[in-house]
Order: sequence, then structure tokens, then C-alpha cells
Amino acid sequence: MALTTHAAEPVGGTGGLPAGSAAQRTRRRRLGLPPMTAKLATGLIISGAILLFGLLGPFVVQDPTRVDDIGLTGPSSAHLMGTTQTGQDVLAQLAYATRGSLTIGAIVGVLTLLLSGFFGVVGAYAGGWVDEVFSLFTNIMLVIPGLPLVIVISSYVPDKSLWLVALVLSLTGWAGSARVLRGYTLSLRNRDYVLASRVAGEKRWRILTVEILPNLIPLLASQMVFAVIFAILGEAGLSYLGLGASGSISWGTMLYYAQNGLALRLGAWWWFVPPGLLLALFGAALSLINFSIDEIINPKLRNQTRAARRSWLMSRKQLETAKEATL
Amino acid sequence: MTTLTAEHLVKNYHLRRGLRGGTLRAVDDVSFTLEPGRTVALVGQSGSGKSTIAKLLLQLERPTAGRILIDGEPVQRRGGGLSRYRRTVQMVFQDPFASLNPYHTVEHHLERPIRLHQPKLSRDEVHRRVLHLLERVRLTPTENVAARRPHQLSGGQRQRVAIARALAPGPGVLIADEPVSMLDVSIRLGVLNLLATLQREEDLGVLYITHDLATARHFADEILVMYRGRIVERGDADEVILRPRHEYTKTLAAAAPNPERRLSELRGG
Ligand SMILES: Nc1ncnc2c1ncn2[C@@H]1O[C@H](COP(=O)(O)OP(=O)(O)OP(=O)(O)O)[C@@H](O)[C@H]1O
Ligand SMILES: [Mg+2]
Repeated sequence: MALTTHAAEPVGGTGGLPAGSAAQRTRRRRLGLPPMTAKLATGLIISGAILLFGLLGPFVVQDPTRVDDIGLTGPSSAHLMGTTQTGQDVLAQLAYATRGSLTIGAIVGVLTLLLSGFFGVVGAYAGGWVDEVFSLFTNIMLVIPGLPLVIVISSYVPDKSLWLVALVLSLTGWAGSARVLRGYTLSLRNRDYVLASRVAGEKRWRILTVEILPNLIPLLASQMVFAVIFAILGEAGLSYLGLGASGSISWGTMLYYAQNGLALRLGAWWWFVPPGLLLALFGAALSLINFSIDEIINPKLRNQTRAARRSWLMSRKQLETAKEATL
Repeated sequence: MTTLTAEHLVKNYHLRRGLRGGTLRAVDDVSFTLEPGRTVALVGQSGSGKSTIAKLLLQLERPTAGRILIDGEPVQRRGGGLSRYRRTVQMVFQDPFASLNPYHTVEHHLERPIRLHQPKLSRDEVHRRVLHLLERVRLTPTENVAARRPHQLSGGQRQRVAIARALAPGPGVLIADEPVSMLDVSIRLGVLNLLATLQREEDLGVLYITHDLATARHFADEILVMYRGRIVERGDADEVILRPRHEYTKTLAAAAPNPERRLSELRGG
């Protein structure tokens, strides 16, 4: 009787693939990692490169605020990416701006994770009036419009630090995530395996942290990636409007100064293209990563990908007919 | 040696229908006793309240009225009393695909109840017990199975893991809520026979919830027929199947005209 069905197990069809890659795939799945697809690899490489540039760049470039008397010159050997209107080195500015934008993204990502995790997951798990109060609060925060709030705050606080901007962005951005997490937690807390651990006699906090949270990791990761995109774009928007943190450099402030310095009209593309491009690339790379995480959360999506179909050696059409046949 | 008694259990669910609230009586005045070594089958159509009874007995829900007694004492709902109760009354869920956590290994599922109820055991001792449990539910090679995750097992194997988990604390009463309804017909009898063997070995009191009159008659000593939250017929297994008195039982029996043939079908498959 024992394990006789082993050979016929539906382990996700590894047919047609070399054994090494199948084993590797199982290991990745065991660790809860998404399968390494072209999409994910592209996203990881681009965002990794930008991350490295933001981390290490500032150590090798010159002082980004140093003013020179060769304003608005194109790329040259002295200034690889040209200079701004006041003769500042664009490459140096870009390195510091990358660091600034990524810092905002990281702070907001972590704060959003904490806030949405607390109000979404803990509320939904606790249930009863705690859930009622938490979700009422979440809904109120959801409808508070972020931009006007920031404008109001910036008119009261003349000297905004990076942290304040990050705080405001997190406060206006966490509620959406919290709602998504709440919905998923509500469905998890009534799964049979949660009931089974109650029957086994597990404590409530242990059920939450050991049985439920691990199954939330993909969703938490994708919400956090989303929050980082939102924060970097949001900060860029605020800075572009001149409402950003004072005294900091980010992709948004670079664009703001380029706009003020009439870079577009003067044709100084080396001034506004690099920050704009990095902004777009980083957003795109994170979205690619997010798509890959989504495929773990939603197996339906996973079966739609070409990689999955190829591993079954089936065309989309064959798959459809097979599905009809089994239903 | 545990006797579990349900006395006049009632469970109401409050439904929200628009602005008006309604009450649904899922379980209505149900009493029965589970004794060591005996199997009681609870049969009834979908929605008749069978799983609700299981949830009440496992203290996953509170009864609206009525009492649950264990060895004659009312059950305790918190603290050490609840912990002792959890050790004695265990459950096998219907869907083995949902009742095992996809994130954890088989070993985790079996190790937790052992650790919870015998916190003093050493790590090695716990591991040995896990392997022993797997052996008892005929999942070998045990080391190999212990390291697997649920998605690497078939439905029948998962249900065996679920049974092993229920046995881990050394319970006296086992509640099996449609333990084979999600499994392929060809392996149902194997799982049921395993349950019966374990019951004999441990002298368990079993509540076997099912739709299937044939297996109920074969495995149970007593059958309770449930209809819309009430027990409409009860008695010795053969008696209930062969001479049904209540209308509903008659229709049920008619729907499965020949239990003998059905059982041999199951064996043959
Ligand atoms: N949490 C709940 N809230 C409201 N109604 C519920 C709840 N749980 C169960 N019910 C209702 O109680 C009734 C009995 O449900 P129960 O799950 O006990 O049926 P069952 O006999 O186990 O059916 P099945 O054979 O399909 O498993 C059903 O009408 C169901 O809709
Ligand atoms: Mg049920």
C-alpha cells in the first residue's frame, strides 16, 4: 500500500526537462522562491544594477554640489555625463539621486509593510471588534487623498526631512495593501490546516506566526515591492512639484532642477534623460519582479505562462482541450 | 478510556440577510455518546449539520445550548483543561489537500502535537515518535516521507499523514469528518481499513461522519441519521439500514440500493 502511488504523483509535470533543472526547481519551490523565469531574471538584474549604483556610486564620483564655471556642457572626459546649468557633474548628481530615491523607497517599503501587516493581518486574524475597528480605520485612511495632504503638510513644515516625506508617503499609501492582506488573511484563517493546528492545541500567536504568516510571504513581498514603486514615483512627483524633502537629491529633484534650468528647451538631454530613464527602468524592473511573485500567489496565472506550458510539452490549445476533457 | 457525551446540543448561526438578521439552526437538540472501542456513524445529506457537530465536539465552535461531557464532567473551555481535552479528542478533516499546511513538512505536522502535549521529550525522541507514527499509518520509507511537503504526496498519503497527526497526542476519541470523500474510490477502503485497525489497537471511540450508508454499515456499530439538524433515526447499524423507519432514511437507503454490492465494488476497485 505504502507509496505505491509515488510514480503517478502529480508533482507539477517535470516531463521533458533535464533532471538537474527539475531538482533545482523543486528546491526553489521549497524555499518559497518564484521559478527563475526570463521576466524575473531581467527584473533582478536591472534593479540589482541600479541598487549597486546607488550604494557604491556616491563613493567614487565627485561632489555633486560643486559648482563649476563650465555650465551646461555635454558629455566629455572630464564630466562623463556632462554638467548642469551651474556646472555640477550630472554623473555625481545621478549617483546621489539614486541613493536618495532608493532610501525613500526602502523606508516607505518597510513602514508600509509594518503598517499594512499590523492593520491588515493582525486585525483579520483577531476578528471580532478588533477587526471592525482596524478595517474602519483602514478604510478612512484609504480615502484620504495623499497629494493634498502632503501639500498641506509642506505648507506648515518649511524644513522637511527625507524621513518626513517618507513618513507621509507611507501614511497615505499603506491602506490599500492592508485591505489586500486582510482579505487574504480572512481566507487563510478559516483554512482547515489552521483549524487543525487549533485542534492540536497550538497557541493563537503561534498559529499566526508559524502557520499563517509563511503562507502570506509572497503576498507581503509583492505588496512591499508595490509600495517601493509607489514611494519612488510619489517622491519623484512631489520633488518635481517642488514639494520634496529640502536639501536632498533624488531622481525627482534632478528632474525638477532640469525643468527649472530649461534643460528641455536648451536641448541638454544629458541632464534630464538619465534620471528619467533610471526612474522608468527601476519601476519596470520592480514590476517584473512583482509579476513573478504574483505567479506564486495565483497558480492560475502560473499555468498561463509559456514556460509552464512548455514544460508540459503542450500548446495553449492542447491545454484548453485537456481542461475541457477533465471538467 | 474516554467517554464523550453530547447532551441536547444546539447550534444557531446568525445570518445577515440585508438589514434583517436571520437565525439558522444548524444543529437541533442532538445527544449521543462515544464510547471506547465503538464506532458511531453520523450520516445525512449535505448541509444537515454533520460538520457543525464535529466543530462543536472539537470546541472550534461554542454550542448555543446543551453540554458536552467528557467522562461525565462538563468540558473545560480554557487553560489546562482545554489542553487536556485537546490531547484526548482529535479530528481527521475531510479534505487532505486543505488540512495540511502547504508550507510545512510532514515532520512539522506530526512533531507539533507531540511537542505540545509532551514538552519534556528530547529532540531525538520526538523524531523517533514521528517515524513511528508514519510507520503505523503505513507510510514508508518513513525518513523520506517525513521530509516531504504535502504537495509531494498523493491524496491518500496526505490523509494518512492527517490520521497520524490525529493519533500523535494519543487520543481516546477520534472524529473523522468524511475522511475519504475527497479520495479516489480505489483507495477509500484502504484508508477506512487503516482507521478501523488503529481504532482496534488504541481502543478509540470514533465518530465517523459520512454520506455513504454502505461504509457506515460496514464500519459502525451504531448509526445516527441526521436531517436538517435533527437526529431522525438512530440504532444498531444493520437495523437502521435494513429496516429504516423514517422517511428520510428510506430515501437514503433507496439511493444506495445494494450496500453489499457497493462494498464489493469498493473492494474490487
Ligand atoms: N459559520 C457558519 N455560519 C453560518 N452558517 C453556517 C456556518 N457553518 C455552517 N453553516 C450552515 O449550517 C448548516 C450545516 O452545515 P454543515 O457544514 O454542518 O453541514 P454538513 O452536514 O457537514 O454538510 P456536508 O455534508 O456538505 O459537509 C448549513 O446550512 C450551513 O450553511
Ligand atoms: Mg461537512
